[in-house]
Amino acid sequence: MKRRWEYASSWLDNRTGIQTAVRQFLYEEIPASSGWRQVFGSVAIFLFLVQAFTGALLAFNYAPTPGDAYNSLRYILTELTGGRLIRGLHHWGASMMIVVVVLHMVQVFLYGAYKKPREATWMVGVVLLLVTLAYGLTGYLLPWDNRAYWGTVVTTQIAGQAPVVGPYLTRLLGGGGAVGVVTFARFYGMHVLLLPPATLLLIALHVYLVRKHGVAPLPGDELVPKKQFYPVQVFQDTVAIFVAFAVLFLLAVAARVPLEQLADPTDTSYIPRPEWYFLFLFQTLKLFQGPLEVVGAVVLPGLAVLTLILVPFLDRGKMVKVTRRTVAFASVALAAVGWTGLTVAAVKSTPHPSEEAQVDYSAPTDWMQLSPEEMAGVAYFREENCMSCHAIGDRGNKVGPDLTTTSIHRDAAWMIQHFKRPSAMRPGSSMPPIQLSDAQLNSLAAFLLKLNPDNATALENAPDFALQGALVFQANHCAACHLINGVGMTVGPPLNGLAQRQSRSWVEEHFADPQKLSPGSIMPPYKLSPKDLENLTSYLFALPD
Amino acid sequence: MDYVPIAAQPEIRETTRRRFFIGAIYAVWGGIAAALGVPALVYLFFPPKVRKDEVWIEAGDIGKVPPRSPVEMVFRRNRTDGWRIISEKSTAWVVKLADQQVVAYGPQCTHLGCAYHWDDGKNEFVCPCHSSLFSMDGKVLSGPAPRPLDRYETKVQGTKLLLGKLDRPGEQRA
Repeated sequence: MKRRWEYASSWLDNRTGIQTAVRQFLYEEIPASSGWRQVFGSVAIFLFLVQAFTGALLAFNYAPTPGDAYNSLRYILTELTGGRLIRGLHHWGASMMIVVVVLHMVQVFLYGAYKKPREATWMVGVVLLLVTLAYGLTGYLLPWDNRAYWGTVVTTQIAGQAPVVGPYLTRLLGGGGAVGVVTFARFYGMHVLLLPPATLLLIALHVYLVRKHGVAPLPGDELVPKKQFYPVQVFQDTVAIFVAFAVLFLLAVAARVPLEQLADPTDTSYIPRPEWYFLFLFQTLKLFQGPLEVVGAVVLPGLAVLTLILVPFLDRGKMVKVTRRTVAFASVALAAVGWTGLTVAAVKSTPHPSEEAQVDYSAPTDWMQLSPEEMAGVAYFREENCMSCHAIGDRGNKVGPDLTTTSIHRDAAWMIQHFKRPSAMRPGSSMPPIQLSDAQLNSLAAFLLKLNPDNATALENAPDFALQGALVFQANHCAACHLINGVGMTVGPPLNGLAQRQSRSWVEEHFADPQKLSPGSIMPPYKLSPKDLENLTSYLFALPD
Repeated sequence: MDYVPIAAQPEIRETTRRRFFIGAIYAVWGGIAAALGVPALVYLFFPPKVRKDEVWIEAGDIGKVPPRSPVEMVFRRNRTDGWRIISEKSTAWVVKLADQQVVAYGPQCTHLGCAYHWDDGKNEFVCPCHSSLFSMDGKVLSGPAPRPLDRYETKVQGTKLLLGKLDRPGEQRA
């Protein structure tokens, strides 16, 4: 058996040379001083491969046209097993790639490893940084939610400001400033067709150059006997890759990547924000107003990139010990402080997301189909802690019966009697009576009658503002005039699609004085507390069209 | 001569160190491959979470159907295709048979899938393609049709006729 294996492997090597190539790759000699500080390049390549892998998986279930893109991503997130994890890996992998690439550059920069003869290696590396950023920019549009759409509107307008090439860039990005199907197709094409092969070529060139000139030694290192890449350095690279992967995996599992509502080009109230690694540019832009805007938008970033590329020619001195490279350390510190300052300023000026009730569309949103009465039932269900005894599918406790399978066999009258005196309807039941009014018990029964194993998890996702809003809606008997999801009266206008017809401030003002905003309206004024007003409006705006 | 433990001898220490590095490299890469590979397989091979298509669809009002006189009912049926829900027009030939039993036939001839129709004069279902003839209870009277008309599962609620799956005997389903 062993001989046969040896024969097979020597045949393979004889015909392809693969083993010799691998051996040459692994047993390359590197300076004795190499070690942990040189792991970042390998980690960056690893993260690129993870992005390629998860990106291909996403593409298997993704329709690259606006609208369908959003729906197919929702399908990946809510219907497919593991879809959320794959998207999480791809999303957080992009951020981690930026971090690792920058760490790699900082290390090379601090040690002066770009010096003669490694100038070209550095310059290819800078191009790879730009390519990494281009992935972030083009990938940002692909979910086609509001965040993606409005972020890209800003980006394309910045590109349009570039001196001389601005108009051409605008045309290249798909049209006259508006982000639409053409822009989408081009961003998608760049992201999956153009950039990946370009990255592979550039990485190959970069690694070839590293091999050609050898890993940069420390000053005085040339005299010390060299060591081999395998296994110690490979081990160190592997450990670093493992740490990076563990962080990435944890992020993908634990940190939810939200999906906002479908891109709405008419939503003028949306405040776009770029991805965190572009925030400093976004903030720089704000420092330059009017005709100077082009300085912040194009000139300064352009100069920064140019400087970065020219670093090996600006610093042409001999290699010195890293501890004596004070200018390099000062530059990195300055850049870090500047970047942090700008980013913090940008984050601080970002409106807090809790001010506006955001619906997370990356989870099932079946709750949107419920009537206000049923939504109020969900609120009572939570308030009464029904799940401390009852199971809902595979969640909750098993003291009482599973409500997803039992309640469909009952009717509302039975349930309400049961809520009031559980043991009278089910002798021996240890359930305490529920202390709610008849109307409230009606809501609870209405909700439970809708509950089945398919929609149970979705109902748990109903956001708090919607539940509170539905309670306000019920308490004020809004359904006596208005229709929501087919339930209610049609004396007043139906409330589905309200967000399309009116602005938020209009609706809030309208509650206080309906006649002022719609003369002739028979709607009475409602004095709501600020909290109630906010919840009710948010709820109405979250309704399906 | 002083005693030197085996593990402290330089060459042996070097080989165990080397073995450890190589073992760790294989272990970590194996772990990463599994952590990426298993979710990928699950993602690709597990079916989407069941968003069940409606099981029973309301086809129409059975009260208006005269006994022993087939009526073509047109209704819409939702079909889930990945992230899309497609609303399709479907039809059924509905007959109230003598014993108050309601039967709904699929709209295609069992020969080659042409749309057949009811001929009042002949009191037969007639397929225009190859002249297959079916009786009111779906049996083949003449022509090349290999089997009786396919039937929907039916359920009557009040006067509402609900249709379930179309039962196609002899046809392989994936």
